[in-house]
Amino acid sequence: MQPTMTNSVAAATEETRSSVSPSATPTPEDFALRAEGVSCWFGKRKVLEGVSLNIERHSVMALIGPSGCGKSTFLRTLNRMHELVPTAGLAGSVYLDDVDIYGNTLTPSVIRQRIGMVFQKPNPFPAMSIGENVLAGLKLTGTKHPNPNELIEWALTRASLWNEVKDRLNSAGGSLSGGQQQRLCIARSLAVKPHVLLMDEPCSALDPTSTRRVEETITEIASEITVVIVTHNMQQAQRVSDECAFFLAEENQPGRIVEAGSTLNMFSNPSDPRTNDYVNGRFG
Amino acid sequence: MSTSALSAPVPDNEVRRSTRTFGTRETMEIAVPLAVSVLVTTALFLLTPLDGAFGFVIVAFTIFMVAFFAAVRRARGAKHGIDRVVSVGITLAALITAAPLVLIVFTVFQKGLPALGFNTFTKTLEGVDPSSPPTTGGLLHALTGTLSQVGIATLVSVPFGIGTAVYLNEIQGAFTGLVRLLVDAMSGIPSIVAGLFVYTIWVVGPGHGFSGIAASFALAILMLPTVARTTEEMLRLVDPGLREASLALGSSQWRTVAQVVLPTARTGIITAVILGIARVAGETAPLLMTAFGADKIVGPIKSLTSPQSALPLFIFQQFAQDQRQRAWTGALVLILLVLALFTLARLLGRSKRNR
Repeated sequence: MQPTMTNSVAAATEETRSSVSPSATPTPEDFALRAEGVSCWFGKRKVLEGVSLNIERHSVMALIGPSGCGKSTFLRTLNRMHELVPTAGLAGSVYLDDVDIYGNTLTPSVIRQRIGMVFQKPNPFPAMSIGENVLAGLKLTGTKHPNPNELIEWALTRASLWNEVKDRLNSAGGSLSGGQQQRLCIARSLAVKPHVLLMDEPCSALDPTSTRRVEETITEIASEITVVIVTHNMQQAQRVSDECAFFLAEENQPGRIVEAGSTLNMFSNPSDPRTNDYVNGRFG
Repeated sequence: MSTSALSAPVPDNEVRRSTRTFGTRETMEIAVPLAVSVLVTTALFLLTPLDGAFGFVIVAFTIFMVAFFAAVRRARGAKHGIDRVVSVGITLAALITAAPLVLIVFTVFQKGLPALGFNTFTKTLEGVDPSSPPTTGGLLHALTGTLSQVGIATLVSVPFGIGTAVYLNEIQGAFTGLVRLLVDAMSGIPSIVAGLFVYTIWVVGPGHGFSGIAASFALAILMLPTVARTTEEMLRLVDPGLREASLALGSSQWRTVAQVVLPTARTGIITAVILGIARVAGETAPLLMTAFGADKIVGPIKSLTSPQSALPLFIFQQFAQDQRQRAWTGALVLILLVLALFTLARLLGRSKRNR
């Protein structure tokens, strides 16, 4: 059964499916993550309204839109980080493999282990070495791994940082450059083997070379992990994502999804004129 | 030659240019007004009834500042004049602030060193006649007393202080405002009141008598707010992004605090503890009503439950008995102890990663 969606989203999603895989009709099992009617508040201010979005398993979904349109807020509802702000409020549901993450089945801790997050600002733990940073997720959740060194190498390789740091795993995470720190944070998130990885503008503080390497990493991990990335960079959205959702907040209105669908369609043939204006850099 | 400025050959006679902004001219601009002010003031004091060293300094300083301003303004304009006068004034203020510390340390060493010997650290005042020379006997009993009283106070106040700081900054429960207000109020408790309090509820109330442990309680009360509030400030400096990163990995709040926040603030927390120790190591008033003082060590454990000496108490009591030399030696040992603690703290606080 197709979940309830706003009309434009439903239309766009239909279009996507027919263009990407003409034969299969998507079933809920195809979606790693489904948001249904998500609204968010900070205190009395409503910042997001009625957002529904289906995120296909092992694909990359880019959330785009001008500043203040609620895309980062939406991203944070997907692994229960939103509620850490004391005044935050929420309506709607988010399903991870058809389990409501705001229900009683899973604890926030388990949800966040399955849905990892990389932040805008690189934030390696300063009191830990590079190797310890990679293993931090295990240590912080009290999980044992039979072969930590193997895990360190695996995660750092996936984040394309291994060759640069393999000889100094014991030095401080803070001694790395900004781009390396961000890749360390990606490795740290990958080391807990999440099903979904949320990325909140992961390249906005990085140089072009580091940005390219992070994008390569995203493309590579998408074969095993579902990625949701917030980005302000239209070229980046085109390069890395399979699907896009365009968020927009009209003046003094909460943010909504204007249009969602395959990245190809969103950039070449958007159905909403506002999407067209935004992806072509006419505002935002 | 004109093809590329980027690859211009380096001349053989390349010389490094000075970027110093304080040269001969600046030195002269200070030296000349200084000489003028001293000469004029000397003349004034010789020719008029003005008198006294303090007055001399004040008059000379005023004349110097005016002459200095005039000299710089003449050479480089009023804006520079004000800039130079203010920067000289600020530098002097900083030096004057540092002067008492230097003078105190110098005096303590000068007065305390002559009677400092091996015996100072190995002997007590047990059976020592007050009139015997200050090189006899020692202050081992006072040193061990201070170490045990401050040590126990630290052991008591540090867990509570860090716990309070974590509550105030990490948990932010319903009582945060109230607890912070009470801790602030607690830091305003005069030390003698803390002593009187412990005297009433421990020394005479239940009849435990004067003891080292009672002194530890009083010192712990005084240490607690310093440790709690300083630690809270240090926790506030920890990047909120680190807490988010930890929680986003699936960590619980307890593990986030214990394995991310506290280790990140480690250096700051050690500073907080040292500040707490420094706050109480020299306390004398509460000890008069709790430890009371003694001239010997009655035994490693028994000292805790019977009257005990301490360095500040030793200094005060020797001073009161007109044993100035012993008092100065006590002061020297106390200063050395505080110095050793600060050095230790710096060594411990130096981050493992930055070594």
